[in-house]
Amino acid sequence: MKLKTLTRIALASTVALSMGIGMANAQTLNWARAGDSITLDPHAQNEGPTTALQHQISEALIVRDMTGKAVPALATEWGPSESDPNVWSFKLREGVKFHDGAEFDSEDVVFSFNRAMSEESNFKELLASVKEVRANGKYGFEIVTDGPNPLMASNLTNLFIMDKDWAEANGATKVQDVEGGEDTFASRNANGTGPYILVSREPDAKTVLRINENYWGIDQFPMDIKEIVYTPIQNQATRVAALLSGDVDFIQDVPVQDLARVGETDGLKVITAPQNRVIFFGMNQGDVDLETDNVEGKNPFADLRVRQAVNMAINREAIKKIVMRDQSVPAGMISPPFVNGWTAELDAVPENNVEKAQGLMNDAGYGDGFSIRLNCPNDRYINDEAICQASVGMLAKIGIDVQLEALPKAQHFPLIGGLKTDFYMLGWGVPTYDSEYIFNFLVHTKGEKYGSWNGVRFSDPELDMKIQGLASETNLEKRNQTIAEIWEVVQREQLYIPIHHQVLNWGMSDKVDTIVSPEDTPMFKYFKLGS
Amino acid sequence: MLAFAIRRMFQSIIVLLVVGLVAFSMFNFVGDPVDSMLGQERTDADVERVRIQLGLDQPFPVQYYKFLKGAIKGNFGISYRQGRPVSDIIAERLPATLELAFVSAVLAIIFGVALGIFTAIRRNGWAANTIMTLSLIGVSLPTFLIGILLIYIFAVELGWLPSFGRGDVVDLGWWRTGFLTKSGLLAIILPAITLGLYQMTLIMRIVRAEMLEVLRTDYIKFARARGLSKRAVNFGHALKNTMVPVITVTGMQIGSIIAFAIITETVFQWPGVGLLFINAIRFVDIPIMAAYLMLISVMFVSINLIVDLLYFAIDPRLRLDKTKG
Repeated sequence: MKLKTLTRIALASTVALSMGIGMANAQTLNWARAGDSITLDPHAQNEGPTTALQHQISEALIVRDMTGKAVPALATEWGPSESDPNVWSFKLREGVKFHDGAEFDSEDVVFSFNRAMSEESNFKELLASVKEVRANGKYGFEIVTDGPNPLMASNLTNLFIMDKDWAEANGATKVQDVEGGEDTFASRNANGTGPYILVSREPDAKTVLRINENYWGIDQFPMDIKEIVYTPIQNQATRVAALLSGDVDFIQDVPVQDLARVGETDGLKVITAPQNRVIFFGMNQGDVDLETDNVEGKNPFADLRVRQAVNMAINREAIKKIVMRDQSVPAGMISPPFVNGWTAELDAVPENNVEKAQGLMNDAGYGDGFSIRLNCPNDRYINDEAICQASVGMLAKIGIDVQLEALPKAQHFPLIGGLKTDFYMLGWGVPTYDSEYIFNFLVHTKGEKYGSWNGVRFSDPELDMKIQGLASETNLEKRNQTIAEIWEVVQREQLYIPIHHQVLNWGMSDKVDTIVSPEDTPMFKYFKLGS
Repeated sequence: MLAFAIRRMFQSIIVLLVVGLVAFSMFNFVGDPVDSMLGQERTDADVERVRIQLGLDQPFPVQYYKFLKGAIKGNFGISYRQGRPVSDIIAERLPATLELAFVSAVLAIIFGVALGIFTAIRRNGWAANTIMTLSLIGVSLPTFLIGILLIYIFAVELGWLPSFGRGDVVDLGWWRTGFLTKSGLLAIILPAITLGLYQMTLIMRIVRAEMLEVLRTDYIKFARARGLSKRAVNFGHALKNTMVPVITVTGMQIGSIIAFAIITETVFQWPGVGLLFINAIRFVDIPIMAAYLMLISVMFVSINLIVDLLYFAIDPRLRLDKTKG
């Protein structure tokens, strides 16, 4: 009798135990993508996978939700101060605690902003207009700018807040500095206010997060996922295999050739949405003569008609159908569709007309064509090299003989920054969701502070004035008017040859319920899990 | 003997210095780390500042000299990508690669020798012929293809083994091992087979060839004529005499197992030094690349040195020649 009871208890507890394990498994999300986060230091690297992981652990004052809309996080209200347009004031959320139990207040915000503005920070450009940050009471915070900055809020969505005392206690007040030679505590540890707590991390192998039961928003968000296991898997085939075999539940980058395979597999699905990234070609139109062409003493791209002919010769539909397997949105402007200043008319797909393009080439005096080198990355954008290869064939039809040079990104991008290429591919994402960001880097004359990615050597002092003026124009209607005027010049002068907007493909188990974020940043607190 | 050892060591150091010099002269062509370090929102002034900070504006002999100066003190610099000391990162990643290499080597030796003997003794049997044909696959198929193939069969279709990673590891303080957990042991099977397949077929073919050679010799015929058992002849007399070249080749192959783990590690997302190196190349993480190349060359050079010294110790003829000459 006694033995029987004992057995029964043992049996019952075994069942309970196995059920417990089963439930834990059901609420664990195994997440994989190609790249790992580079560092846990929130201000050291402004790069996709790094901020994506950080968003689970730490929070900014304002964050973007899964639709890309800016929503309150550690700040509940914000706006330019009514008395002084040079001051932005924020009301901070009360009662928030860091993972180690420390209380969150304005002191931490001031500390984090100063840290993010230090020289080693990767975020200082986003805060370039900030003159001073100061606390206004325990739950008030103010940013003083050089001049009025109407878009301050959208620059802050990746600017994470650290605990001041934690950073000081662990010698992490400075952003990690490769030159300094010291391993900062913050690059391997994290203490945020976010929905998930870091449990363990092995770089390039495995990072484990568990739910923060004391999260301020625990009742406001689904928070179905209790544990996240994040593994970078670089090899495309292995990543897909891991999803197919059930080793992972969610991958952020399904290769286009495997979309059908994943979609057709029972228990798996693929969801897609346009990404905040546009792909285009740039042509050196500023120099008198080009080094990589065969035309002596002249620059064919300096002639607007040649640029228009190139634009017309590219068959964007064919690139979409054949190279991208339908996974792209052909583009007519170099701005993603979510961005302020984007319009459907400007983004209308340019006409593909070889005869007309040939006519323009004849008018420009290049009826017999010319040869030019095209520089292309081969490991940065989706099918980047294949897009360039397809374009070589299309440009040959109007007599432009293109020599393609495809290089890894580490070698390709310095060519653009160092003005060593006359014809190149580039992709651009707009984290601020405003055209000013595009103009600052791609349209403004290249100089110390502006135009660092302007490889087309375009320069128009009048336009530069307009671009610089955007930063402090507080009248939004007037500002949008200026943006439209600048776009008109960019389009008329055919500064760039837009190709398409990239499309994101997230592959996941059927039990995961989410939408695709245009930033390619999953915010797991919004994810729902079915059974 | 001592003079020989000292001379060999001196040569080894020169080899290491040359490897380092060649590596540094190539880093200029790998790309510019500054772009990946600074991200999209950098100004031209930032790029200039960081280039000077990292000493990238200096010619490569100067960069190499600085690296050597640090390396002698055991300081390999700070990884551009991770912002941590290179020596820490490599020490953290090396156990994964060494465990993988160890298991692959053990599998290759056990199966290689066993199958080699089998195919030699049953020279004309159908099983031996099938094995010989299949072994061609091991020699001719590239590693990444074998890896993907194994993943599809055993992880996706059959669902027996994990498709990537190292499973759960146990931290012993100075060594993180996957040998102590079930998931760790399961996870090592596919990558170890992938990595060791080439070596296995190589060993198998050498053992077979050597065995066939030895089985034809007079003393084997004599042993058979004396009426010794098959077992005694094959294993007691024949196998022993085939082992000398096998040991040499195996020793040399251990170096390549570690060096060529790069591809296997990438396919299986195995968190070892090979994967670290691949990532370093993509990011132009010069300190990591330099330290890895030095590590691999130190390894090859020391294996060579040990093998040379072993020859010297084992083979009396070599010793005689040396003392004469």
